[in-house]
Amino acid sequence: MTSAEPAEKLLTPVLSASWDDSRPWTLATYRRHQGYEGLKAALAMPPDDVIALVKDAGLRGRGGAGFPTGMKWQFIPQNDGKPHYLVVNADESEPGTCKDIPLLFANPHALIEGMIIASYAIRCDHAFIYLRGEVVPVLRRLHAAVAEAYQAGLLGRDILGSGANLDITVHAGAGAYICGEETALLDSLEGRRGQPRLRPPFPAIAGLYACPTVVNNVESIASVPPILARGKEWFKGLGTEKSPGFTLYSLSGHVTNPGQYEAPLGITLRQLLDMSGGVRSGHRLKFWTPGGSSTPMFTDEYLDVPLDYEGVAAAGSMLGTKALQVFDETTCVVRAVTRWTEFYAHESCGKCTPCREGTYWLVQLLKRIEAGEGVEGDLEKLLDIADNINGKSFCALGDGAASPIVSSLQYFRAEYEQHLAERRCPFDPAASTVWADGPRPGHQSATEREVHA
Amino acid sequence: MTDVQLGMPALPATPYPEEVHARLAADAAELISRYPQARSALLPLLHLVQAEEGFVSPTGIRFCAEQLDLTTAEVTAVATFYTMYRRRPAGKYHVGVCTNTLCAVLGGDQIFAELQQHLGVRNNETTEDGEISIEHIECNAACDYAPVVMVNWEFFDDQTPDSARQLVDDLRAGREVRPTRGARLCDFKETARILAGFPDERPGANDESGAGGAPSLAGLRLAKGEALPGTGGTRVVAPRHEGTGHEGTEA
Repeated sequence: MTSAEPAEKLLTPVLSASWDDSRPWTLATYRRHQGYEGLKAALAMPPDDVIALVKDAGLRGRGGAGFPTGMKWQFIPQNDGKPHYLVVNADESEPGTCKDIPLLFANPHALIEGMIIASYAIRCDHAFIYLRGEVVPVLRRLHAAVAEAYQAGLLGRDILGSGANLDITVHAGAGAYICGEETALLDSLEGRRGQPRLRPPFPAIAGLYACPTVVNNVESIASVPPILARGKEWFKGLGTEKSPGFTLYSLSGHVTNPGQYEAPLGITLRQLLDMSGGVRSGHRLKFWTPGGSSTPMFTDEYLDVPLDYEGVAAAGSMLGTKALQVFDETTCVVRAVTRWTEFYAHESCGKCTPCREGTYWLVQLLKRIEAGEGVEGDLEKLLDIADNINGKSFCALGDGAASPIVSSLQYFRAEYEQHLAERRCPFDPAASTVWADGPRPGHQSATEREVHA
Repeated sequence: MTDVQLGMPALPATPYPEEVHARLAADAAELISRYPQARSALLPLLHLVQAEEGFVSPTGIRFCAEQLDLTTAEVTAVATFYTMYRRRPAGKYHVGVCTNTLCAVLGGDQIFAELQQHLGVRNNETTEDGEISIEHIECNAACDYAPVVMVNWEFFDDQTPDSARQLVDDLRAGREVRPTRGARLCDFKETARILAGFPDERPGANDESGAGGAPSLAGLRLAKGEALPGTGGTRVVAPRHEGTGHEGTEA
């Protein structure tokens, strides 16, 4: 692919294909877009064949870790006499990540169809959607879509005459980033504080209520029906060999047109910026995250990194949630990292010492550096504390907290030193706002037109 | 930081009045029935008692404990872990301003500072008339609409200090405001009831506002050969089946 190729050749709307249709959140519209065709195909196959198909297609988890979805399903022991559960992780909270929420708002049936297929495959008759609580419009649409699916015989007893049963419970969380970690999510769903569990045993063996459980991200599950409907060869024809398929890239920050761009895995940020109007007018890219705040940041030298699991890892970061947060030269990197670190300190569940204590001290250090009150040795201390959190915490939240610190010091150490030397922050926060250079062209009016049409 | 109140141990909470208790117990039974194990209904039950009182009171905690055969200490441990459960009454409209990095940098910090000044309340406080409570919130999964403000957990996208001030003024004056994504606002307690798991029964509420604003549709429009705003007024991509002269273009 070259960046000179037109967007229509680079983008592949699949999950987002129906979003501009009339009331795409309804069953009727979804059916016009091949909705529930994948389910029919799945129900005509033995469950093990469905697992094999998803595994062969090469679908990998879209929630950040990239674990093969079909393998997760295959790990569920069969004929073990225990109930099996499917739990969808819709606790989208990683800073910068904003793909599942628009997906569920526009097209909740894509998730429900995927859940029915996955439940059939792993022999589960009760599945859960764990939605973060702070998104009532999405909760409303999920409630309605699940009710609609029951009425149409797509949920409940003997689905489409297959003999398979499935109930779906929509569950709203209550504000805790840590519940995006799959074992913390399970504890939360059991009515406890959301704290991660020691693994092993993994959820596939002892998950919800100590029963075999698959926990999948929204986008992973929603990507399953098109694979069933169109075949694994079609899916593998998109993306790269080890990262096949399509995915939602979420562009945000100092760009002309933030938004959702669904493309084959392996597209680059340069291509996405070229087609969407680039960094906001008159400014240049300073740093960006490939997949949310927990993924080490990149600079403009990394614009041509293929945004797939291997490409981003080879460049020293992680694909994560494909949350491309773009910051231009007006942004103080110390301010950005301080704020992320405050987030991790706030969201640390308190279970393990490195994360609970470490994030607290990182915030103290960063705040005084940002305020121009840092002292010599602070940067070494930051790195030392980050090193004592990274890899030594109970779960990945701690690793995520270390990422922005280590990567920003790698690329922007001079800027930290400038804060120390000048004893002040050299940036004007007003210059970073969206209204600093006048209104973002066309953006507000486009939103208005869309919403109230 | 969490408020720690020292002093005498609290007396056992008073129960709800009989009529309220009976009504909530029926709701609780419905919620509990949706799970294989009763305790899974604890988060929904906490939303339910918040829907009754506007916050999670000792009475509400006692109610949850009784329904699930837990101690009040066990319920309190859970209630205090999650930020959406309030320990003081929220305003009729609970306003959350995202101040996580991306929204903060794009203007969320300024919006939050100016709103506090405008309303004369600080983080997690409620205006004297009980109409508006304000809180800075973490990333709400709408970064492509930054800076984002939530009112009763409905989206108000692409905010500025002026639009946010106007928003709270309209709310206090009882003028109708429409979220950019979401349904007509209901009050904080009614919102908590939806969160507990009881669907919004207002006719048409689910169909209000579209499928998403311009950012949600940006990629789809490009893929269909449409131009995006702010790209110089000219098409930056070829409409389908038209040559553009760009290298690599095939008809």
